Amino acid sequence: MPEDLNWAIGGEAGDGIDSTGKIFAQALSRAGRHVFTSKDFASRIRGGYTAYKVRTSVDRVESVVDRLDILIALTQRTVDENLDELHEGSVIIYDGERTTMQDLEIPEGMIGLDVPLKSLAEDAGGAIMRNVVALGAACAVADFPIENLDESLQKRFGGKGESIVENNKEAARLGREYVRENYDHEFDYELETTDADYVLLNGDEAIGMGAIAAGCRFYSGYPITPATNVMEYLTGRIERYGGAVIQAEDELSAINMALGAARAGARAMTATSGPGIDLMTETFGLVATTETPLVIVDVMRSGPSTGMPTKQEQGDLNMLLYGGHGEIPRFVLAPTTVSECFHKAVEAFNLAEKYQTPVFLAADLALAVTEQTFPPEEFDMDAVEIDRGNVVSEGQIDEWVSESGQFQPHLETEDGISPRTFPGNAGGAHMTTGLEHDALGRRTEDTDVRVDQVDKRNRKVETAIEREDWSPREFGDADSDTLIISWGSNEGAMREAMGFLEEDGVSVRFVSVPYIFPRPDLTDAVEAADEVIVVECNATGQFADLVEHDALTRVKRINKYDGVRFKADELAEDVKRVLGESAEVTA
Amino acid sequence: MSSQVRFTDFKSDKQPTWCPGCGDFGTMNGMMKALANTGNDPDNTFIVAGIGCSGKIGTYMHSYALHGVHGRALPVGIGVKAANPNLEVMVAGGDGDGYSIGAGHFVHAVRRNMDMTYVVMDNRIYGLTKGQFSPTSREDFETSTSPDGTHQAPVNPLALALAAGGTFIAQSFSSDAQRHAQIVQEAIEHPGFGFVNVYSPCVTFNDVDTYDYFRDSLVDLADDEDYDSTDYDQAKEVILDSDKEYQGVIYRDENSVPYNESMGLTENMSEIPDGAPEDAMDLVREFY
Ligand SMILES: Cc1ncc(C[n+]2csc(CCOP(=O)(O)OP(=O)(O)O)c2C)c(N)n1
Ligand code: SF4
Repeated sequence: MPEDLNWAIGGEAGDGIDSTGKIFAQALSRAGRHVFTSKDFASRIRGGYTAYKVRTSVDRVESVVDRLDILIALTQRTVDENLDELHEGSVIIYDGERTTMQDLEIPEGMIGLDVPLKSLAEDAGGAIMRNVVALGAACAVADFPIENLDESLQKRFGGKGESIVENNKEAARLGREYVRENYDHEFDYELETTDADYVLLNGDEAIGMGAIAAGCRFYSGYPITPATNVMEYLTGRIERYGGAVIQAEDELSAINMALGAARAGARAMTATSGPGIDLMTETFGLVATTETPLVIVDVMRSGPSTGMPTKQEQGDLNMLLYGGHGEIPRFVLAPTTVSECFHKAVEAFNLAEKYQTPVFLAADLALAVTEQTFPPEEFDMDAVEIDRGNVVSEGQIDEWVSESGQFQPHLETEDGISPRTFPGNAGGAHMTTGLEHDALGRRTEDTDVRVDQVDKRNRKVETAIEREDWSPREFGDADSDTLIISWGSNEGAMREAMGFLEEDGVSVRFVSVPYIFPRPDLTDAVEAADEVIVVECNATGQFADLVEHDALTRVKRINKYDGVRFKADELAEDVKRVLGESAEVTA
Repeated sequence: MSSQVRFTDFKSDKQPTWCPGCGDFGTMNGMMKALANTGNDPDNTFIVAGIGCSGKIGTYMHSYALHGVHGRALPVGIGVKAANPNLEVMVAGGDGDGYSIGAGHFVHAVRRNMDMTYVVMDNRIYGLTKGQFSPTSREDFETSTSPDGTHQAPVNPLALALAAGGTFIAQSFSSDAQRHAQIVQEAIEHPGFGFVNVYSPCVTFNDVDTYDYFRDSLVDLADDEDYDSTDYDQAKEVILDSDKEYQGVIYRDENSVPYNESMGLTENMSEIPDGAPEDAMDLVREFY
């Protein structure tokens, strides 16, 4: 049997695809197996094709591949949409009694399992459980202990009463028995269980969790796919720690509320996706000029305009780096994995407060909706450190006042970092403004003060470059002539692609960059390599441009902008193609 | 809060650059008096200002303050109050700032009913950009961008506030110093969103909505013994009466429950632990 199993359930939006997939994914995770999920979904609530895919293995899985082993197809379209990924020996579970599925033709070499999902569900207590019957059937195919599914069903339906749980367990068993009794095929799969403990979560949840761990107490946002889950995660949880979530009337309001909360001393955050980032851009400069610590999350999706709201892209990089009029210091971080979403969120709050700047967290749809298993220690709460920077308490205010006795929120210090005091603190009253200002925060057009303040704000970035670690994550063969660079969510796919490449005798050095600004200096690495390829999910190569700019040389590019994340095997082929091309060129 | 606070403690040492005679002087003085009278001091007060001549107010006052971008002052104020409900939050701006670019935020701030005060310096013109019509300008008002009138009906901010579920709606006139200060004070004391539209004449660009005009036409609701500001229907009548200009507290919902209270926002969010919360591993375990 193969090391990993790729499973999917697909149907129409509204068919309960998501929750069924999640039940299965959780069952696998609780059975000590690693899981990596992905979703195909359309931007509509009812109707339209949607699928939930689960890749599982005993070893860690970090990406999707172009292969589907077991497919539960609730509609004909599910089969059509996935034909490319199905292969000889793939199993398709479907309900042949369903009128629309009666004419289903199982492609050559594949195994069709016609299971009366609806009738069996009715036998168990209600047609609504047909997806669970299908899960039971899948357990039979994959030789996965159905008891592990029981726990998941308990978790999912426990709130609705014990009889509902029991009915669902029965539905699963009927599905399994039906397959066992009616098909004597020997399937290739055997999903063994282990004793490992894993948690299963997605990037949006990890960002929310990181925010709470880092002491974020205020969140304001406006719903938008695929960032909404951050808000939904925080709602109901942040309150436990004395915080609040406010759903604002739009993104302009959301970022300004968060700014207000940050001025009042809270660690504050907002999250949105492309169209919302456009609206927030107006306030980027205000955040930077008033030197307010703020974390702004952009969970990127396909643009431009409303683009493809439920599809993957990394197209907002330039926007995050350069968005807003004038010139402003800012930090841009891009988590590379689901668990890095947690760590980078924590880091973002520290950077924001230490340097009193906006910090952008560039996540993307692929990270946001991917659920992945991790040992819980990967989210080590004891390791979370909180650095609030140069906060001046009430008793220390006198040290930071002007000759006239007034607090100086924009004092020019050697490292560019000014003192900060929170409203309510006696003697610290001060103003700040988006207008150019002096150390006291008062408007000025004095040419010298202007230059000094601009320099001061930029100096914070220099200070940060010196003081913080902006290293990339390195994988593969450090001495290889081929250097592959990616940023953000492509890390997992590329790491797995390296495995495929190795099988073909191609070893590469892979540098995964989680810091876009400031970013690691890759000049030496680029110069040391014969071939440099930058991998990213956009059409124009926004990060490749930065690498070229920094290293003063041309690089090759692999760009994907069809709305689907990189798949490991596909990416390996891309790399080979690019290397092959250049081999031809040099020959 | 100390009882020795005087209203001049809210004055900064910056000399206003408003045109001599600008209504904003009176508006600001009244705000400072109201703040002092309600027992606030600069260190527990946060003023958020809009953009415009009116928005310069934060510079001339002394308190914790932020001068933001055009039209977004209200959301900033809401964020400040949410993060530290102990602060006295006052937002101030012009009619352009509040009812044009910021109109969306205005309606939502009213209905959100956060316990704060919003003072709009309504001069029925854009002052800072030198005399274009504003959303409260009359239909026949001639300006550089409306040479033969605006061709649109003015916004009625009080009606907007009433329709949005406002719990405190008032209007004052900056040169009626005592009444103006008193009305702002009542807005501060109101539990919820205290909204005051202040007639604050622009002496440079508006020769129609002048001091004389307001002085002559203003009806003070305090002079009408039969007027009951808690009576919604009476308030509606006054607000929709386009023949007269009124000052006073026009509507007050005695049952107002501020958003911060109903949302349970009581903590000063600036205080956080040195590391992750003690029970933070529970957040991870939820994902088993
Ligand atoms: C986004 C944006 N658009 C336009 C402006 C230019 N602007 C500055 S003040 C102002 C109008 C101010 O009018 P109002 O709020 O009535 O205040 P006043 O100056 O009359 O007190 C405008 C349009 C700006 N600063 N920002
Ligand atoms: S232009 Fe008008 S609103 Fe502005 S300061 Fe002068 S008088 Fe006041």
